[in-house]
Amino acid sequence: MSAPNEGRGRRFARWLYPRRRAQLWFLLAAPLLWIVAVYLGSLLILLLNAFWAKDALTNTVTPFDWTLKAVIDIVTKPVYAIVAGRTLLIAVLVTITDAVLAFPIAYYMARVASPRRRGALVVAVLLPLWAAYLVKTFAWRTILQGNGFLSWLLSPFGIPGPGLDELPNAWLVLSYLWLPYMILPIYAGLERIPESLLEASADLGAKAGTTFRRVILPLAFPAVVAGSIFTFSLSLGDYIVPDLVADAKFIGNLIYDNSALGNLPVAAAYSLVPIVIMLVYLVVARRLGAFESL
Amino acid sequence: MRRLSIPAALVTIGLVMAACGTSGPSGAPTTLGDNEDELNLIIWDGYAEKGAVDPAYDWVTGFEDETGCKVNATPMTDSANGVSLLQGGQYDGGSFSGDATIRLMASGDVVAVNVDLIPNYKDVFEGLKLKDFNSKDGVPYGVPHGRGPNLLMWNTDVVTTAPTSWDPIFEGGSAYQGKISVYDSSIYIADAALHLMQKDPDLGITNPYQLNDEQFAAAIDLLEKQRDNGAVYWGLLTDQVQSFESGDTVIGTTWPYQVNLLKGEDPPAPVEAVLPDEGSTGWSDTWMIYKDAAHPNCMYRWMNHILSPEANAEATVWFGEAAVTQKACDAAEAISAGHCEQQHASDEEYWNTIWYWTTPQADCADNDDATTCKDQDAWIEAWSTLRGA
Repeated sequence: MSAPNEGRGRRFARWLYPRRRAQLWFLLAAPLLWIVAVYLGSLLILLLNAFWAKDALTNTVTPFDWTLKAVIDIVTKPVYAIVAGRTLLIAVLVTITDAVLAFPIAYYMARVASPRRRGALVVAVLLPLWAAYLVKTFAWRTILQGNGFLSWLLSPFGIPGPGLDELPNAWLVLSYLWLPYMILPIYAGLERIPESLLEASADLGAKAGTTFRRVILPLAFPAVVAGSIFTFSLSLGDYIVPDLVADAKFIGNLIYDNSALGNLPVAAAYSLVPIVIMLVYLVVARRLGAFESL
Repeated sequence: MRRLSIPAALVTIGLVMAACGTSGPSGAPTTLGDNEDELNLIIWDGYAEKGAVDPAYDWVTGFEDETGCKVNATPMTDSANGVSLLQGGQYDGGSFSGDATIRLMASGDVVAVNVDLIPNYKDVFEGLKLKDFNSKDGVPYGVPHGRGPNLLMWNTDVVTTAPTSWDPIFEGGSAYQGKISVYDSSIYIADAALHLMQKDPDLGITNPYQLNDEQFAAAIDLLEKQRDNGAVYWGLLTDQVQSFESGDTVIGTTWPYQVNLLKGEDPPAPVEAVLPDEGSTGWSDTWMIYKDAAHPNCMYRWMNHILSPEANAEATVWFGEAAVTQKACDAAEAISAGHCEQQHASDEEYWNTIWYWTTPQADCADNDDATTCKDQDAWIEAWSTLRGA
């Protein structure tokens, strides 16, 4: 840096020093611009497409040529409701499955395991996250496919393997993929419960089961809800797993198909559905105190 | 991805505008300039091989060395996807089938080509010139790549009597329940319509791509039965290859390329394929140039290259489709004897029995004004309903 530049910097600093509001604006300008213009702006343009007309032959969307055709299609054609229902069902099942699997693991990690073993378990839970999502999905393909591992395992019992076109495959693979996202918040939530509360509960005569039901579970529940935000939203938005292991259409697949095939208005209109579902979910999660547990 | 600084981007825009200045009234250039450094293509899988699958088949590296145009190829999953990709504006052109070319010409996303700048164009079979799927108002909009029919493929270990009709995948398919392989694209509705043309003449289908409400409903009905019989859908051709390898599917509709890939395995997969007696849908593909191509000179040189005897012979043998020039047929003899005879390369009578992929249009793509047919959007929507529900 040369001296004149430094002088200018000094002068600017002197000007800025007493102006707290200007300091704040300078600090936040870049991230605000990012959020409002780049992030929300592009989202807004995407959603506006839902209300613009499109030509069937040429695929051209005419901006500001307002129509409700795409939205009406989404509401009246049964396929969109069926697919949304299927996606919701799997997302709920995955969330319940992960919660049931994660709770004992997290409980063991937080309250039973020795510090050494706890460290090893945290690593074991985190390790799968280091492998790429696609690698894990393709690993499941080789397990589930016609002449794959599962069908080899089941063949002595005369049961055929599932193949790659069964809906339950999506439930299985998504539950596997998102399990760490459920374990970690529950683990953190359970660890935060002070030992003194459990002792107090015991002093007041509660048995282990009662303490679990009346003390641990209510205190850990917001953490479960926090974990469920991850498992639910990740499942709701996934379109690769259902395609690769289940040959099933989820909300994301219909959005992807429609945009890949050039029907942007329908894709945009349909993306309103998961947005609304997630908003409702987040409001409920907030009521249940999940945001304090994140 | 190459990053462009703002000054560089401005210079590029300036150059593009300058380049536009030299073009003729129809949008086609009258002279070619220096080659750019790259070429971004939308292709059908297998249309721009660099020897990655089989080192003997490489018609891209030589082109790159000769012209300095580095080829980046993106495969499309189906024609509608190809249209959407090109309209994204990132590509210089692509190899499109008739259902895409008609839409692209109508939307103005592709422009007429000046065939004087493509010396090899004069060798193209007359039967492939100035067709409705590769020209508009008597002006060519691209150069052909190859053509062929969609085939019926089966696993010879499971399907022991060779089928001669599409029946096994449409009628009485219970024999292969859950193991029927079907192309995952709305254009496949035409295959069902083609089958109905013979099976149900009362419907009065005369063109499997231009269907009225009743005909369309009948085709969808047939496809729903096929789906409920456990059809397995392939979007990427590698999915189909994999499902035939694993035995997840044993019979289905395919392109010659998958048959080649499966038979080329070591040991060869037990598959056979046939053009069924009812005839088939098929394709005649055309390389077209994007209206705002960033690398038009490379694109023109590519269109000339793909028509060269060696490149066209290699490309069409590799995919298993008919070559488009007699010189390519002669060159193909060295790679695969009898290639053009097997593929009926210059046999226009044969091609009259193949229904090339084309765009479903509301006006039925005919001369009267009646708009009684299902359009492209209706086809795509019906397909996603079929697949999603």
